[in-house]
Amino acid sequence: MSTLETTAATAEPAAPQQPRRFRWGARRGEGMIENRPLLTFVSHVVLAIGVAIVALPVYITFVASTLAGNEVLQSPMPMLPGSHLLDNYRTVLLQGASANVTTAPVGRMMFNSLVMALVIAFGKIAISLLSAFAIVYFRFPGRGLAFWMIFLTLMLPVEVRILPTYKVVSDLHMIDTYAGLTIPLIASATATFLFRQFFLTIPEELAEAARIDGAGPLRFLKDVVIPLSRPNMAALFVILFIYGWNQYLWPLLITTKEDMYTTVIGIKLLIAGGEQATEWNLVMATAMLAMLPPALVVLLMQRWFVKGLVDSEK
Amino acid sequence: MSEKRARFESRWLPYALIAPQMAVTLVFFFWPASQALYTSLLVQDAFGTNTQFVWFDNFKDLFANPDYLASFKVTAVFSLLVAVLGLVLSLILAVFADRIVRGAGVYKTLLIWPYAVAPAVAAVLWLFLFNPTLGIVAHWLIGLGIAWNPLLDGTDALIMVVIAAVWKQISYNFLFFLAGLQSIPKSLIEAAAIDGAGPLRRFATIVFPLLSPTTFFLLVVNIVYAFFDTFGIIDASTSGGPGKSTEILVYKVYADGFKGLDLGGSAAQSVILMAIVIGLTVIQFRYVERKVTY
Repeated sequence: MSTLETTAATAEPAAPQQPRRFRWGARRGEGMIENRPLLTFVSHVVLAIGVAIVALPVYITFVASTLAGNEVLQSPMPMLPGSHLLDNYRTVLLQGASANVTTAPVGRMMFNSLVMALVIAFGKIAISLLSAFAIVYFRFPGRGLAFWMIFLTLMLPVEVRILPTYKVVSDLHMIDTYAGLTIPLIASATATFLFRQFFLTIPEELAEAARIDGAGPLRFLKDVVIPLSRPNMAALFVILFIYGWNQYLWPLLITTKEDMYTTVIGIKLLIAGGEQATEWNLVMATAMLAMLPPALVVLLMQRWFVKGLVDSEK
Repeated sequence: MSEKRARFESRWLPYALIAPQMAVTLVFFFWPASQALYTSLLVQDAFGTNTQFVWFDNFKDLFANPDYLASFKVTAVFSLLVAVLGLVLSLILAVFADRIVRGAGVYKTLLIWPYAVAPAVAAVLWLFLFNPTLGIVAHWLIGLGIAWNPLLDGTDALIMVVIAAVWKQISYNFLFFLAGLQSIPKSLIEAAAIDGAGPLRRFATIVFPLLSPTTFFLLVVNIVYAFFDTFGIIDASTSGGPGKSTEILVYKVYADGFKGLDLGGSAAQSVILMAIVIGLTVIQFRYVERKVTY
């Protein structure tokens, strides 16, 4: 654990390794050890190629989403954006992404995805915070058992227990409900362990002081633990929002009504009609809309994203 | 397990605090998992009217079934390719990014966002690029004289899903490699440079060995990813086809259980997958403990 946290610190762009560098910014390979301008140039070229390859699919998707239906079908398709950006996105958001396949408007599907992502993110954070608090700050019969049960959930991803889990949800009449989409996914060993690990670093004196002042555990949780945990919550939020938004297998099983589909499974249904029926410009507009919210969360909360990614790896 | 000395006393509060997580865990994890275990020992007809307890026959049938063995092989090839390619490419990018002073942050930002793309969406993007009639990349390949059709050719389809899976995972590997590189003490590298070791030599003899905990950790994570998180990629792009050339184990559980309605066989496959996850998790945790003392 401890080294992972060191990695977490170094993964952040800011402070920790700063003192090791010279003040004028010289770094390994440049100036300080030796100066190799050619190697620096090669580095930029390699990275630029890497960035271009990584960006290519999304660029092509964007271009396709701005073309008219017949333009996408040309081979090769145009490499520059067309003039149907607003048309395509309006059609997709308000009417549905295809005349050949019946789906709900993508606006509706994005709403479902958003509900799913937010409930999963906040739900996981809430129940993990509470159970980690119980495990760290209380000693009670069954505590070890509870800890191990939570640990074991790591080994039971939904992919390996598809049918019986589906059956439970269906017996509870949770098919096609937001509860069915979210509650079965909100138990998280990773988040619980992360909070537990963090709580163990909170100075003992704080809890002692709270006890001496006569503050109960809930008061201590609310006034000390939760405020101190905010950075961890932000980091977890980014990771869990992406996790929730990008769920695929689960909504595929749990939703049967068009107006309960999420954006990600909506796309799959759009291309399921086969070569002839697929309106690629609209499918690609839908794909852009499916990528936009999680990509924005990553880019706007980049610092928290990196922290969350590194911390949540157990 | 490290412990707090300062604790609170209450008979009921800890149970109340832990109850929501326990309830979800029991109802949606343990109960279904036990059902999977139990069902894997049964044979049931498609209507559920006739059930027989058959001990381990389902497992015996599975390992005698060429389709299942083929799926094992596809999964092995797929996971190995995804893990190795993903690690090599992201290590190259991380090593060069680590050299750069100005603009390193920009490259980092430009490389990390594919993490946010859903596997199924990544699959659809690459499906479009590789579409033999429309796709721009397929157009280039055919221009180079390469017969390319992932809709008909199993190898092409496998290459396509590998590329989609690697593309999505590069950002994750890149971030961990970069963090690993930046935590290598600079004095070591300076010492080697003073002794006259060039960049390549320094990489081979100092950087790469010191990076091996990160590499091993990423290898396990990537194999887990290729085994379980790529369901969306397979389902959205190839549905296991053409033929069964991209039918990885996770996809087969779903296909046999939901489409084929072979409940016992599907449950037996689930149990085998569970064993694989348990194995991988144990490896990962043992390694993390070693890393603490490292």
